[in-house]
Amino acid sequence: MSLPRKFAARFVGLAIALFARFITAVRADWQGIEPINKQRVYFANHVSNADMPMIWSCMPPNIRRDVRPVAAADYWLKNKLRAFVGPEVFNCVLVDRRPEARDANHDPMQNILDALDDGSSLIIFPEGNRNMTDDPLLPFKSGLYNMGKARPDVDLVPTWIANVTEIMPKGEVIPLPLICTVTFGAPIHVATDESKDDFLKRASGALVGLAPKDVRL
Amino acid sequence: MTSTNTEILGLFIGVCGLLTLLTIFGEVLRARLDKGHENPVIETFMTRVRSWWAIVILFTLALIAGKGGIIVLFAFASFAALREFLTLTNKRRADHLALALGFFVVLPLQYLFVGLGWQALYTVFVPVYVFLMLPVVSALRGNSDRFLIRVAETQWALMITVFCMSHVPALLMIDVAGYPDDRGVLLIAFLIMVVQIGDLLDFFFGRRIGKTRIIPNLSAKTWEGMACGVVCAAIIGGLLAWMTPFGIFGAAAMAGLASAAGMFGNLVFAAIKADRGVKDWSHLIPGQGGFVDQLDSVIFAAPIFYHVTQLIWG
Repeated sequence: MSLPRKFAARFVGLAIALFARFITAVRADWQGIEPINKQRVYFANHVSNADMPMIWSCMPPNIRRDVRPVAAADYWLKNKLRAFVGPEVFNCVLVDRRPEARDANHDPMQNILDALDDGSSLIIFPEGNRNMTDDPLLPFKSGLYNMGKARPDVDLVPTWIANVTEIMPKGEVIPLPLICTVTFGAPIHVATDESKDDFLKRASGALVGLAPKDVRL
Repeated sequence: MTSTNTEILGLFIGVCGLLTLLTIFGEVLRARLDKGHENPVIETFMTRVRSWWAIVILFTLALIAGKGGIIVLFAFASFAALREFLTLTNKRRADHLALALGFFVVLPLQYLFVGLGWQALYTVFVPVYVFLMLPVVSALRGNSDRFLIRVAETQWALMITVFCMSHVPALLMIDVAGYPDDRGVLLIAFLIMVVQIGDLLDFFFGRRIGKTRIIPNLSAKTWEGMACGVVCAAIIGGLLAWMTPFGIFGAAAMAGLASAAGMFGNLVFAAIKADRGVKDWSHLIPGQGGFVDQLDSVIFAAPIFYHVTQLIWG
């Protein structure tokens, strides 16, 4: 990356974070961990395209510097603007979700493990897709288990992002400036003899457990 | 420098003196603690005093900037309050456009009308036009699930955070014979000071001598604390009568009225928070919760203060 481009990426990133803070007053609630720069995998629920920028914006700058969202290549490489914002501003780890792209040259899990071995923290959405149902979470894909198994020292931090569906329902153009809260829970790890299904169920339970109780009708 | 600006500066210096005393008081208490200990009450107190410093400086800058500054400041406070309020209300996707109009059209228009001094419009815009038109926007989207609850809560949010709040800067627009136009900013400072100091003293006396809770298990407010708070607000109002066109006794009565209205308003907000299961409206003002927590009594007092002023002195 050339220097002016790097500078532009930093500037756009700052602008996005400020905009998110101004519009939604996005707030981080560090329930289970301290906001320190330690290698972690933040796994979050996914309801909207605004999720990742929200989580990213609410992190303190020193954490944000080393965190890399894992995102879909087909989305972020669609046009030049996205290709700038995704890989350069957010420093995304791009993975191709399409099964036919999985060959010798592209193993999504290898990209992710490489990023971890670089010392980066990650933001992932283990549901794989945006949740359009009324259930709090879709069943998790196995990626979270695989990375927990392969790099057992890394903290897996459940990260619940509340209210984004109301801020930006699918199909609407104008975002509503409602308050968005991102809750970080206590880290979990894959236990030595834990099966994939047990672990994913436990991880999903830890994430749902962070959702604030909604008393509205 | 005009005489009004000189008086604002005098006020600012007075309030800063008070805050300095409070800061020193807190620091002394903190210093008397043993090493490694921390008293949560003192820490909360100090966070609040720090927030007060920020509020006072911001508010003074707006006062010195004059009408425009005040209107912009309260428009932003309204925005933050509306955001806190609507975060907790019932809504469906069908309300999205109506809510967006509330934030981006109704709110700016209300403050524009106030800024232009169009009294015939800013006193009825939200309670009449918005009240009738916004539900139409929601209804057109065709989702009737909890419809009445949704539109009623949205309207309540707009009445409180936009309509009522805008009556603070609207005080600039009242014509009182013998009270120069540019002193309107002092009337605003008067309202906010007596209401907030009344609240503070209500809290202090409630802790000291309060026995009978007004609404047990909903709010810590007591009749004793409230009575002391209102009386103190009235005395302070009498001392600050030079800021107002009311005369000494008029100023004391208006201060007492505003302070009492504000305290009852605070109880209404306590009921809403309890219903929605939250302790504070948000986290935006360190130590105090949200903008609505900070301004609830002023919001309730402002329209009453405005209309009584208009009725008796206008």
